[in-house]
Amino acid sequence: MTEKPLVCIVCPRGCRMTLTLPDGDAPLPEEIHVTGNACPRGETYARQEMTAPQRVLTSTVRLTGAALTRLPVKTSRAVPKERLRDLIRLLDTVTAAAPVHIGDILVKNALGTGADIVATRDMDAMETPE
Amino acid sequence: MKSKKNTTGLPTLHAGIVVIGGGPAGLAAALEAKKAGAPSVLVLERDTAAGGILNQCIHNGFGLHYFQEELTGPEYAGRFLHMVRETPGIEIKTDTMVLDVASLPAGEETRVRVQGVNPTEGYFQVDAGAAVLAMGCRERTRGAIGIPGTRPAGVYTAGCAQRYINIEGAMPGRRAVILGSGDIGLIMARRLTLEGAQVLACLELMPYSSGLQRNITQCLEDFGIPLYLSHTIIDIRGRERVEQVVAARVDENRRPIPGTEMVFDCDTVLLSVGLIPENELSRAAGAAIDPRTSGPLVDESMQTSLPGVFACGNVVHVHDLVDFVTMESGRAGRAAARYLARGATDGGTEPPAVPLYNGDNVTYTVPQRVHPGRLEKACEVFFRVNRVMEGAEILVTSGDAILLRKTRPHLAPGEMERLILPAALFDRAPEGLRISACPAEQGEQGE
Repeated sequence: MTEKPLVCIVCPRGCRMTLTLPDGDAPLPEEIHVTGNACPRGETYARQEMTAPQRVLTSTVRLTGAALTRLPVKTSRAVPKERLRDLIRLLDTVTAAAPVHIGDILVKNALGTGADIVATRDMDAMETPE
Repeated sequence: MKSKKNTTGLPTLHAGIVVIGGGPAGLAAALEAKKAGAPSVLVLERDTAAGGILNQCIHNGFGLHYFQEELTGPEYAGRFLHMVRETPGIEIKTDTMVLDVASLPAGEETRVRVQGVNPTEGYFQVDAGAAVLAMGCRERTRGAIGIPGTRPAGVYTAGCAQRYINIEGAMPGRRAVILGSGDIGLIMARRLTLEGAQVLACLELMPYSSGLQRNITQCLEDFGIPLYLSHTIIDIRGRERVEQVVAARVDENRRPIPGTEMVFDCDTVLLSVGLIPENELSRAAGAAIDPRTSGPLVDESMQTSLPGVFACGNVVHVHDLVDFVTMESGRAGRAAARYLARGATDGGTEPPAVPLYNGDNVTYTVPQRVHPGRLEKACEVFFRVNRVMEGAEILVTSGDAILLRKTRPHLAPGEMERLILPAALFDRAPEGLRISACPAEQGEQGE
């Protein structure tokens, strides 16, 4: 058994947790004992983080037909940490066209992660002069 | 809103409440003022869109307290913009720069006169019954901290670089060093890395980071970016563009230690070295400023020293979380609406305000003074401490008497603390309350 400190990143409270891990390279989530978490999300996060860490990706894509040229987006759920770079490269190929609304899906099931790429800002269509 | 000429010759708009700034503070104040019965609310915003800095904060982590879900900055702003659109009686003028705020003498129906300018209406003024100052804050720059070296291109504040990348779609550089480990600096370390730049180091003058731990984990550790605590930049080199940065370790007096220099070959320096409440308008209007916060002195309703002029959000004190800006600003908006309804009839028989003092290890409190008679049940107090404490006690005292004692597992200067003081507490301390923080004693730290 080994003990490991971990700060929870689920919310800004940042609980300082202590994990007890079984010996060996690949612990199963349920083998990890968590203390110091103020809510159940800490335990879920710690087990996930120790076995298959995930993050929500936020970035921007090209935008046409609006006053601005970048549209902020996010993954609709957390994705495996090691897929972040692949997803960022995917976003380079995406162009959205105004009008766009918060929550509009731009890419469904991006790279098979199960997460969609969704818009995070409303962008009105610009009336172009001439 | 009707427009008419007056003696100054400026076209004049009339509003029940005028709000200066359309960021999270201004939008929350406007909404709550309208809900609390203000006849009309006019929000003046200098950017081309309302929403404030949230629009460029495309990362997530906003709203966990207020909406109980995790939103990105634009989504958080979007919720408020939507609510404002659905609420008749609130008007937002964007692209509008406010040049002057004046508090008029008591007895007039117009308590506040605001002068502003925009491309469609030119120079105009707004006469209002109350005002809410919600101008936010701005970043400290290289000039504010005096970094030695040449003056090449490539030195940006972190928020400026954030705007270039997230709004303009332009990369500020390819190899960067970040000075300061505040949240914006940490967020930008990740953002630059994801967009293909290399972040060589994040340097922090203090022996601890002022950013949230979750950002150190997700933005630095995830990408293997080293954080050097007790380090600073002692030289920036380069003629046209930044070419090198020299960093050094600092001693406990924050002086560079010779022999600890590290040279980074880079083309970009980002500064995340603190935020300053933007109070030029408040000062010119004559509002008393607290030197500890650099923001207006406020009471429990966020009213400044000027009757009918309220202030909220980062213009009062710099917050870590927008959720708390929203809550504080709602309080300011409701108070402004009540002020408008009641007229300027304060004072008289009311007992004087109770001051809040800084005790040990506390650097400021907001509000700075409280009118006990105007509290409904309790008073929400925000404060910061001056050092990291693992296991701490917060004490509220009056003279030698301890009136309230709270424990906290962890206190740090980078994390704003919140304390609820019951109204009854103030009756026991008309001469003032002192708020202090101290490391918990060994015996009490145990269980």
